[in-house]
Amino acid sequence: MERSIIQVQHVTYRYNKESEKPALTDVSFDVYEGEWLAIVGHNGSGKSTLARMLNGLLLPDEGTVTVSGITLSEKTIWDIRKRIGMVFQNPDNQFVGATVRDDVAFGMENIGIPREEMVKRIEWATKIVKMNEFLEREPHHLSGGQKQRVAIAGVLAVQPSIIVLDEATSMLDPIGRREVIETIWSLKEKGLVTVISITHDLEEAAKADRMIVMNGGKKFAEGTPKEVFRLEEELVSIGLDLPFSYKLSKRLLEKGVPLATRHLNVESLVDELWTLKSDN
Amino acid sequence: MDIKIRQLEHRYQMNTPFERLALCDINIDIHEGTYLAVIGHTGSGKSTILQHLNGLLLPTKGSIQLGDRLIKAGEKQKNLKSVRKKVGIVFQFPEHQLFEETVEKDIAFGPMNFGASFEEAKKKVKEVLPLVGLGEEILHQSPFELSGGQMRRVAIAGVLAMEPEVLVLDEPTAGLDPKGRNEIMELFYRLHKEKKLTTILVTHSMEDAAKYADEIAVLHQGELKMKGSPKEIFRLTRELEQLGLDLPESIKFVMKLEEKFSLTVEDKPLTLEETADFIEALLKEGVVYDR
Repeated sequence: MERSIIQVQHVTYRYNKESEKPALTDVSFDVYEGEWLAIVGHNGSGKSTLARMLNGLLLPDEGTVTVSGITLSEKTIWDIRKRIGMVFQNPDNQFVGATVRDDVAFGMENIGIPREEMVKRIEWATKIVKMNEFLEREPHHLSGGQKQRVAIAGVLAVQPSIIVLDEATSMLDPIGRREVIETIWSLKEKGLVTVISITHDLEEAAKADRMIVMNGGKKFAEGTPKEVFRLEEELVSIGLDLPFSYKLSKRLLEKGVPLATRHLNVESLVDELWTLKSDN
Repeated sequence: MDIKIRQLEHRYQMNTPFERLALCDINIDIHEGTYLAVIGHTGSGKSTILQHLNGLLLPTKGSIQLGDRLIKAGEKQKNLKSVRKKVGIVFQFPEHQLFEETVEKDIAFGPMNFGASFEEAKKKVKEVLPLVGLGEEILHQSPFELSGGQMRRVAIAGVLAMEPEVLVLDEPTAGLDPKGRNEIMELFYRLHKEKKLTTILVTHSMEDAAKYADEIAVLHQGELKMKGSPKEIFRLTRELEQLGLDLPESIKFVMKLEEKFSLTVEDKPLTLEETADFIEALLKEGVVYDR
């Protein structure tokens, strides 16, 4: 994860140009090719504004956003949108087609992909999200998780190198959430995409390669989940939570259980407890 | 006010080709002062039940008793207003229902709808504002200038201003960050205790169901599958998983421990603190044993 694919440099943005407090203030960071980057922060921290900045739904007042070497401007928006696919929170707001097939085709029609190629890509994309049996179904009659997977297929069909998930799982039930995350995770593992996930789900963020924490429109922290969650109470004070296994490790350490570290996932905590038990 | 749901059935679009059975033979007793969590995934009938609790939907079979009021299938229902005053529903994303020019007028709308004068309603508004953690300085602002979290509090205040005896909450924390989620859930729990409300929470969050509810009802495809205390319900891990439901983090954690340590834990801890105590004991005991 060495090659930088997105550069966000000193970006400032105000929704209301007269208002004093910007939604984003002097935000800079890089996104590396092939990584899973989680962006977390409380409601109103600027993380969704940031997502909209990445594909030109909003343009910065100050600073620049560069995607695959192209600097974002009104002229380059369409070039950039081919490279970045967005999946939003509410799947119901994203459907345009009468059938799953039409819906997946929509994004490709927009960028003028020939029909034969479209047919192939619909097959390919719906297979990846395991919705290829549902091509003739009406999107509105699918479950939340299925709808989001169709939305993802539509994004994949355009073959973007970057996918932005803007709280894409927050309205789904736990099963739907797992379906969606696992689908995208497998794409990332295959090296097909770079993923930027804007999320409230800290268990999900704990599994990311890197995290950015936003607070009050500014970048509050950046690093691996291990580095970021080390901030502990500072994160809690800005409206975030810590993963269950981390909180449990912390409580166990307070109780005098000699853990070597505070664990970010359940498996590694269970493993260490097993070692402690065996040494007993 | 006790609530008795008897053989409740609801069919949408009855006698049309689109007829769909949404609820089937539901029987639930909710005693006054209970905190009931209703869980089940999308399409399980949670929202359909909820809309029967104040007469927004009427049963197509069976009945629902709300205090001394009986709503029975096939009978003409007059004056549902009195029911609606007693049962306040906070819908999902309640801030989408704000519409007035000022926060004060928005919160006052409910009481005035039930016959209060503007002066009386304004008094109510001042009473409920601190309950939801808002100050009077926002009374004359437009609700649309507030932050998402504040808008939601205003919408909740609007329901509280009607002084309901029963508070029905449909995923009240959807879309909020962890801190906001925690604040809103604690707010409802405090009201539940202080105002001795009957609270019915529809939720996806197993953590909240485990933490706050006295009883949990599990719905699946329009049927009531289980009902019991959090301890009783979350003991049925396999059954819950079969229904496609998640488990509280503490239970998932202890299940991983069971696997690794090859042991069986009947009464699994429901909170972080209980889990920590359980692990401490497990490590101290020297031997792993089957409980």
